Amino acid sequence: MQPTDTANPDYYHRVVDCQWACPAHTDVPEYIRLIAQGQFTAAYLVNRESNVFPGILGRVCDRPCEPACRRGRVEAEPVAICRLKRVAADHRDDVRPYLPKAPAQKNGKRVACIGAGPASLTVANDLMPLGYEVTIFEKWHTPGGLMRTNIPSFRLPEQVLAEEIGYIVDLGVDLRLGSPVSSMKQLLATGEFDAVFVGSGAPKGKDLNLPGRKDPGAAAHIHIGIDWLESVAFGHVKNIGRRVLIIGVGNTAMDCCRSSLRLGADDVKVMARKPRGFFKASEWELEDAEAENVEIVVNHAPKSFVIEAGRLTGMLFDVMEYDLDANGRITAERVAGEKFFACDDVILAIGQENAFPWIENDLGIEFDQWHVPKVDQTTFQSTRPDVFFGGDAAFGPKNIIWAVAHGHQAAISVHKYCQDQDVTQRLPPTLNLSSRKMGLHEWAYKNDYNPLERRLMPHVDLKERFKKINIEVELGFTAEQAAAEVQRCLNCDVQTVFDARLCIECDACIDICPVDCLTMTPNGAEAELRQRLKAPSLRATQPLFVSAPLQHTARVMVKDEDVCVHCGLCAERCPTAAWDMQKSKIRIPYASDETTPCSTQPAQTRRTA
Amino acid sequence: MSFIAKPKIAHPGLPKNELGLTRRDYEGGMSTLCAGCGHDSITAAIIEACWQMSMRPEQLVKLSGIGCSSKTTAYFVGGGHGFNSVHGRMPSIATGAIAANKDLHYIGVSGDGDTLSIGFGQFAHAMRRNLNMLYIVENNGVYGLTKGQFSASADIGSKAKKGEENLQPPIDPVLAALTLGGTFVARSFSGDKEQLVPLIIAGLKHRGFALIDVLSPCVTFNDHEGSTKSYEFVRDHYDEVVHADFVPPAREITAQYAQGDTMPVTMHDGSRILLRKLDPSYDPTHRGQAFNYLRDKLAQNEYVTGLIYIDEKSPDFHEVSGTTALPVNQLPFAKLTPGSKGLEKILSRYR
Ligand SMILES: Cc1ncc(C[n+]2csc(CCOP(=O)(O)OP(=O)(O)O)c2C)c(N)n1
Ligand code: SF4
Ligand SMILES: [Mg+2]
Repeated sequence: MQPTDTANPDYYHRVVDCQWACPAHTDVPEYIRLIAQGQFTAAYLVNRESNVFPGILGRVCDRPCEPACRRGRVEAEPVAICRLKRVAADHRDDVRPYLPKAPAQKNGKRVACIGAGPASLTVANDLMPLGYEVTIFEKWHTPGGLMRTNIPSFRLPEQVLAEEIGYIVDLGVDLRLGSPVSSMKQLLATGEFDAVFVGSGAPKGKDLNLPGRKDPGAAAHIHIGIDWLESVAFGHVKNIGRRVLIIGVGNTAMDCCRSSLRLGADDVKVMARKPRGFFKASEWELEDAEAENVEIVVNHAPKSFVIEAGRLTGMLFDVMEYDLDANGRITAERVAGEKFFACDDVILAIGQENAFPWIENDLGIEFDQWHVPKVDQTTFQSTRPDVFFGGDAAFGPKNIIWAVAHGHQAAISVHKYCQDQDVTQRLPPTLNLSSRKMGLHEWAYKNDYNPLERRLMPHVDLKERFKKINIEVELGFTAEQAAAEVQRCLNCDVQTVFDARLCIECDACIDICPVDCLTMTPNGAEAELRQRLKAPSLRATQPLFVSAPLQHTARVMVKDEDVCVHCGLCAERCPTAAWDMQKSKIRIPYASDETTPCSTQPAQTRRTA
Repeated sequence: MSFIAKPKIAHPGLPKNELGLTRRDYEGGMSTLCAGCGHDSITAAIIEACWQMSMRPEQLVKLSGIGCSSKTTAYFVGGGHGFNSVHGRMPSIATGAIAANKDLHYIGVSGDGDTLSIGFGQFAHAMRRNLNMLYIVENNGVYGLTKGQFSASADIGSKAKKGEENLQPPIDPVLAALTLGGTFVARSFSGDKEQLVPLIIAGLKHRGFALIDVLSPCVTFNDHEGSTKSYEFVRDHYDEVVHADFVPPAREITAQYAQGDTMPVTMHDGSRILLRKLDPSYDPTHRGQAFNYLRDKLAQNEYVTGLIYIDEKSPDFHEVSGTTALPVNQLPFAKLTPGSKGLEKILSRYR
């Protein structure tokens, strides 16, 4: 293999698996260390820089970081990254003094954002400090988008939302509530705006056109999940029947079933077409629902709505059987019978789509055959140069953290577009390394491995929590829990940096490594080299580090980054400091970094604690 | 030396041996040696060998004298028995222990100072008695523990860290062993586990005294330019003559292996090692030839390594001395003590 090019920022970034997996590349190890030091405000600000809504995401993020967490490979459970984010948010002091401010002198460019969800808010957050005048059009009388309408308040309290949205709106955003955009043509025709960002989400819930669906007696008792949640959120719906069937088993289904329990239902079943391994809902949301005695019924495909005497009495399902192959994929399915489930109400939570009935088709904004806008994956620009898309509106339903990541990128594009720069010429991410060595065996980070197990979130008592719809179920980590959980982070951003010129091939690092990541061996092709590692290579997707040839024997030092616990023992045992522990800091460029044309100078508006 | 203990956490895919143990289960206490000391690598090789042999940890007896090298018995097989004797006296303790229990494995770890200076007499007699043990000399050419004075294995002309030259001729433990009747004589290098691990296994299986002189650089006092025991010098003057591969009982030695430059040797427990001769003219069962070969190569500044001499037929300590077949701790009380009448009888002999 060629020696690894560690000058490429992606190499060390990938070692920080959580940060790599996070769409917004939140600097997870850094904020966890700050929490460990009791610096909650600083931890919050590190979060906010990349993910904008730490308090919200600390409760309801989809957490792509956690399955990626290295701790989950050497032990059963990853670090509770998301819970710790909430710890930073819960314990922060007033962060307003540290937030970017909008300049009094505007730059003369005006940007319209459609929909006041996480994507548009992120665009506003990034552009306001640069002097843009941002107007957000929102159809409801309150901002937040799906964070407000689809996430029940027992998971995400109203005041958490209000506070974090407030930080952005208070930059001076022209937030026009109750102002749906009904015609893009009209909006563009006003000539008021230099660019338009569409962050209107994927607001159309899918329907299920089975026999009985259109029956007048049934209509009032069959609900589209996201619409129903919206009505609950705004207090238009205050109760539901005693027996409820939820169709679909994604996260919306979980919110529907748990909301039902709070509106009077006591027999709620989630009906899944497939076996458990195929569920779309996050594992922890399933657990939370089951803890509230929601029954999840697998292998039942909806067949028809049963109406008797003009009333919905239940649903008929096909009982399914599946053949799975060794990889757990379905190879065959068949219907083994049918079964009736009685119910008073049905909620359909089988997915949602983006829909743009308000975008005329003669504006130069092209859509594909599924009516999805044609949007560039990097620049988020549509086929019309002054119109950009982001969040669920761009590529269909994803999660809040994706919308935030899109918003940051779209803000860069809007900025470049408004400054007459090429939107495709974007600053690359950069990476800095700095040694953590303090003394012969001392490091400026806690390198000892702590064998503690993952802490569990304390919940409000089962009886107590159903009394009102907005009682937040999760209580947040206690001080003791937070102090313990932070110690589980492996500090993956403190990198093992190797200098082949210094190595005397004494084997000390190889002998001491607790997880056998290191091998000194003759070089070879990757596939073959992986066979010769000291411990088996378990994940071919994790790149190997391969050094330049070593001085004495021309062998190479190979490191399988996969299960490295960053204990620094290789560096402690190295007599020549050929191994060093160096902290990597990844800088993801934002719109503020692009301020001066053709300059790589970081902007003054950017703050890190 | 490090400030934190090696975490208990292990690679999830570590292979297990016949006892269901991983390599990690054969570790001992945390080493307090200097970072980069060759001795730590030898410790790792012993761990690997014991794991590969599926040795039950409590079957191992670890013996040592005084020195950085002698400290290392604390760093492997924490579940074994150990005795850290006074300087150079490890062979006496080993003799007693081996006489009392022939069922255990014995590893003695010593240094060039512990073996070739203060303990030279004991070393010679252990070999002469053909004690059933593996004796490892962790040879760095200096007294590491007492801050790097030349030891008896330092070569003429080798320079100390501050520049003074050693003028006295060295004692080469391998040459000494060949003249003293050693029945398993090997040399290796801490930085070559591929060679060292099978040698340790073969040495533990050998019936009689197995000596492995392991060149083991002292990074702190003897790894500079001008030293003949530095990592760099050893690598540059390293000459493997016979490579020993241990053949697990399940594996057949194929006909192709059994001829030409490879020769199988059957150990007393029926297991075999396969000797791969890198110099085809060399005969590792011919003591005189081995001696001459080594002298010639030494004159050319070459360290001959590998399994230099092997003799599986000479009687060992147990055979010559008629030691008890049953370990002393398993002998019935009546057999162990003569009783008052018996004692009377013995004493009367001296009256
Ligand atoms: C009876 C006695 N004499 C002298 C010493 C001092 N002493 C301690 S270690 C040592 C030499 C150790 O050298 P070596 O066996 O080569 O071990 P190394 O530290 O080099 O591994 C000496 C002379 C002692 N401990 N006891
Ligand atoms: S002084 Fe030399 S022999 Fe002793 S531990 Fe340090 S490097 Fe090893
Ligand atoms: Mg010594």
